[in-house]
Amino acid sequence: MGQEMGATVLALQGVNKSFGPIDVLQDISLEVKAGEVLCLLGDNGAGKSTVIRLLSGVHKPSSGTITMDGKPVSFSSPREAADHGIATVHQFGGTFPLMSIGRSFFVGREPTRWVGPFKVYDRKKANEIAVKAVQNFGITRIEDGDRLVGGLSGGERQALAIARAVHFGARVLILDEPTAALGVKQATHVLRIVNEAKRRGLAVIFITHQVMHAMAVGDHFAVLIRGAIAADFKKGEKSREEITDLMAGGASMATLEAEIESHMHSENA
Amino acid sequence: MSISNTLPLTTSSSFSFGGLMRRPETGSFLGLVAVFLFFTAFGGTNFASPTGAASYLNVAAQLGIVAIPIGLLMIAGELDISIGSIIPAGSMTCAIISGHFDLPIAVGVGATLALGALIGLINGLLVIRTAVPSFIVTLGTLFAVAGMTLGFSVLVTGTTSVAIKVPEAKWLLGDFIAGIYQVTIFWWIAAVVFWSFFLHFSRYGNWIFAMGGDKVSARNAGIPTDRVTILLFVCSGMSAAFVGLSQAILYNSAQVSAGQSYIFNSIISVVVGGVLLTGGYGSVFGIVLGTLTFAVVSQGIYYTGFDANWASLIIGLLLLGAVLMNNTFRKMALSYAPKKGAK
Repeated sequence: MGQEMGATVLALQGVNKSFGPIDVLQDISLEVKAGEVLCLLGDNGAGKSTVIRLLSGVHKPSSGTITMDGKPVSFSSPREAADHGIATVHQFGGTFPLMSIGRSFFVGREPTRWVGPFKVYDRKKANEIAVKAVQNFGITRIEDGDRLVGGLSGGERQALAIARAVHFGARVLILDEPTAALGVKQATHVLRIVNEAKRRGLAVIFITHQVMHAMAVGDHFAVLIRGAIAADFKKGEKSREEITDLMAGGASMATLEAEIESHMHSENA
Repeated sequence: MSISNTLPLTTSSSFSFGGLMRRPETGSFLGLVAVFLFFTAFGGTNFASPTGAASYLNVAAQLGIVAIPIGLLMIAGELDISIGSIIPAGSMTCAIISGHFDLPIAVGVGATLALGALIGLINGLLVIRTAVPSFIVTLGTLFAVAGMTLGFSVLVTGTTSVAIKVPEAKWLLGDFIAGIYQVTIFWWIAAVVFWSFFLHFSRYGNWIFAMGGDKVSARNAGIPTDRVTILLFVCSGMSAAFVGLSQAILYNSAQVSAGQSYIFNSIISVVVGGVLLTGGYGSVFGIVLGTLTFAVVSQGIYYTGFDANWASLIIGLLLLGAVLMNNTFRKMALSYAPKKGAK
């Protein structure tokens, strides 16, 4: 991977983002190191997606800086962020359901070979590389690069998208709710793949609102509430209950349960 | 059809039923076989004769040259209906330059193709610059170009029908071979070879599929989506202009209003050919089959004892059947996975 384990790859320093009069993010400071998984936790609407969009070049911060390898960077497009090695994998993984595994793996970077005077798409090579890359992430069921992406399971699609990012030299992997739409077994697959990416020295930013999944792979956690970082802690520093309470906005889960119970009680009465 | 040999084969060179089922053109092939058998049964020997073959091949060739770029646009998630007036605009331009003004045919052909490219360029620019759906944009240019064709023709020639006599180029662009087969059939074959290569073998084909699948992701993957969109519109404009000029040369005259039927006929051919209306899926070979199916139905009816008016009913049912069948085949394609060790 060519990057030193433990070195800070990507960092946000005092980043603010507002859309017109609405402040979406306030004073966000985060950093992610090579070979580390940073879990970004937060309820819906906490600003997780905006953080992703800043990091992947969709938006620019209103103020504050983003640094990569210690140098300030500014991305004017997602393509530019991708060129810096920042890859974003969205919830449903592959976005081209009706394309084959090989073809979607190489979209925009198709391998070609010369046949006489013609430069043709090298389907065999594309399929071989794509299948091998996915298998290296432990998905050995994928053997045929001609299969359509839409026919893969949710976990397999995530694996394909992550394998693609790694193959094309991603250094920072942003995973946007990769386990949200998956069953328990598929989610376990994806978590294993996240661990594999981490083992290979990638800096992983794992966005989720499922505390269990975060705790399974995370080294470092940041909880986002209403656009600000409410807590920043390392693995083992907080229990599952504490994190869940934090995400719920400070109101402890126990209080909430008691409230619901008393409400049910009064309804029944 | 020797074309089938040049298309990418499935995983193995051996026959695979599952592999066949996931190809976009399987449904349209079955449809073509069905209508062909139907008209052979009811049309008798005349339909099966060389003259019968010529009647639907001639229709298929003219339609097919336009249908393929339209199909590619649809795969990329766009639509172009302005071809309905680019065809007569092409006929008139060529006839006015090389017929009315008697300039060399090369000038007429060049100017006609340039006009088609220009209209395509305008379509493409409008589609990428504004967020207006291409259906509306090209609906606008459809009317604008029709009006301009009529206006300029009357202004320049004083009539809406212009004669053109170009014996030196007739053999190449608009003549009958063996008295019955239009030379356009060969242009169609050339177009099929070219577009098959473009869509299925060059890397640009992959870009088109990706654009139809998800334009934003395609752009983020580094595909110059704007340039490809413009290029496809330019190609459909030029193809329509070419059909227009070849019609003018074939019939030795051009009319201002001949081509509106191509709008729906090309879309029908493309959809019957297995292209997904929402984009991202289809094949050139499928479009060829769809075009042939359309031509067989629209011409075959004359060989049967039925009233020709029934042809539209058959085409309508075919279209509905094709859309339903395409959904089924697409589902099969998505769920298809080779059995372990089947390779």
